[in-house]
Amino acid sequence: MYSQGLIGADGRSEETPEFLAAFQARVDAETKIEPNDDMPEGYRRTLVRQIGQHAHSEIVGMLPEGNWITRAPSLRRKAALLAKVQDEGGHGLYLYSAAETLGVSRKQMTEELLDGRAKYSSIFNYPTLSWADIGIIGWLVDGAAIMNQIPLCRCSYGPYARAMIRVCKEESFHQRQGYEIVMKLAQGTPEQKAMVQDALNRWWWPSIMMFGPHDADSQHSDQSMAWKIKRFTNDELRQKFIDATVPQAEYLDLTLPDPDLKWNEEKGGYDHGPIDWDEFWRVVKGFGPMAKDRVKARKKAWDDGEWVREAALAHAEKRKARAQAAPMAAE
Amino acid sequence: MSGEVPLWEVFIRPRNGLAHKHVGSLHATDEVMALQAARDVYTRRGEGNSIWVVASNAITASDPDQAGENFEPGEKIYRHPTFYEIPDEVGHM
Repeated sequence: MYSQGLIGADGRSEETPEFLAAFQARVDAETKIEPNDDMPEGYRRTLVRQIGQHAHSEIVGMLPEGNWITRAPSLRRKAALLAKVQDEGGHGLYLYSAAETLGVSRKQMTEELLDGRAKYSSIFNYPTLSWADIGIIGWLVDGAAIMNQIPLCRCSYGPYARAMIRVCKEESFHQRQGYEIVMKLAQGTPEQKAMVQDALNRWWWPSIMMFGPHDADSQHSDQSMAWKIKRFTNDELRQKFIDATVPQAEYLDLTLPDPDLKWNEEKGGYDHGPIDWDEFWRVVKGFGPMAKDRVKARKKAWDDGEWVREAALAHAEKRKARAQAAPMAAE
Repeated sequence: MSGEVPLWEVFIRPRNGLAHKHVGSLHATDEVMALQAARDVYTRRGEGNSIWVVASNAITASDPDQAGENFEPGEKIYRHPTFYEIPDEVGHM
């Protein structure tokens, strides 16, 4: 949508207190920041990191679900899963192009993903062991992502906000198809119900970890809130997600694997048990076999595509040369 | 044909936060003239705060005769949320 050429080669700004205050005033007035506008280097850097991670998450997120396309139990399920995985690929592309408006190249972002410098959502480092996992991912993982993404539609950076509007619109079916799968299994045979309960037991905690560390431990949170990159804190979003999800589990007579989960009348929301942050950091940092598989799969895709990119470029050169030669031949 | 003044497509952003939208085209000898002309022709009443001009011959367009193959109509209904039956009791999803 945008090209890098739109951005001045020199992205740095004179970061005087006056400049920073004027920028903050623009943000406070809800004026969107666009690629050609002056912006603090920290704002640009934060967005490059966040949008890049978001894009990588969409792309890596195709892997756990792609794993089940050939084994979907019916044509209906297969068509829906194919459409969903295709959407995730598209969402990665929208996000990469939004990041490129900030002066980072697609190639650079790809290299950072492949050499492990860039992170992606920890959730995709868990394996998808049964068909029920696909339902649970749509319900919980997409549900959590939507909770996070809806406020991003109002992000202060225009290209990111516009990409998110498109993403949210397209994703509205993802959670519903997941819940439909879960519902069918939960209302099926005892074996099917046991399978979906097992998947829920494995995915619940990783899903609520998706919102990131507690506010007190989240190092970038305050500045991102002030710049209106984020509109809600990690804990606020996690709370909204849990409050929306508990009744959905109860409706299906499924048990969420948290003995401390209970309604708190005073705060008008659910309390939950302690989150295993050691596990979270282990997974984010890429320990464990799945993380290696994910990056290996992306690396293989990139390496296997090398000859295709080369051939396409050579073909384009050839066509250009022919077009230039043609008028001469006619003379 | 030599001496012909090239055509440019003009895109205007009404305000920050919105995408640039195609508004029309104009003739100008280069991109600087095109931007100035676009401002005069298309933004006399505060229509925008940002202009893009793109040489018309740099745009590659899809073939209307292939619209059927390119843009499938609504048969892939499973791409839409209403295809999935979710009970009202579980709240908005």
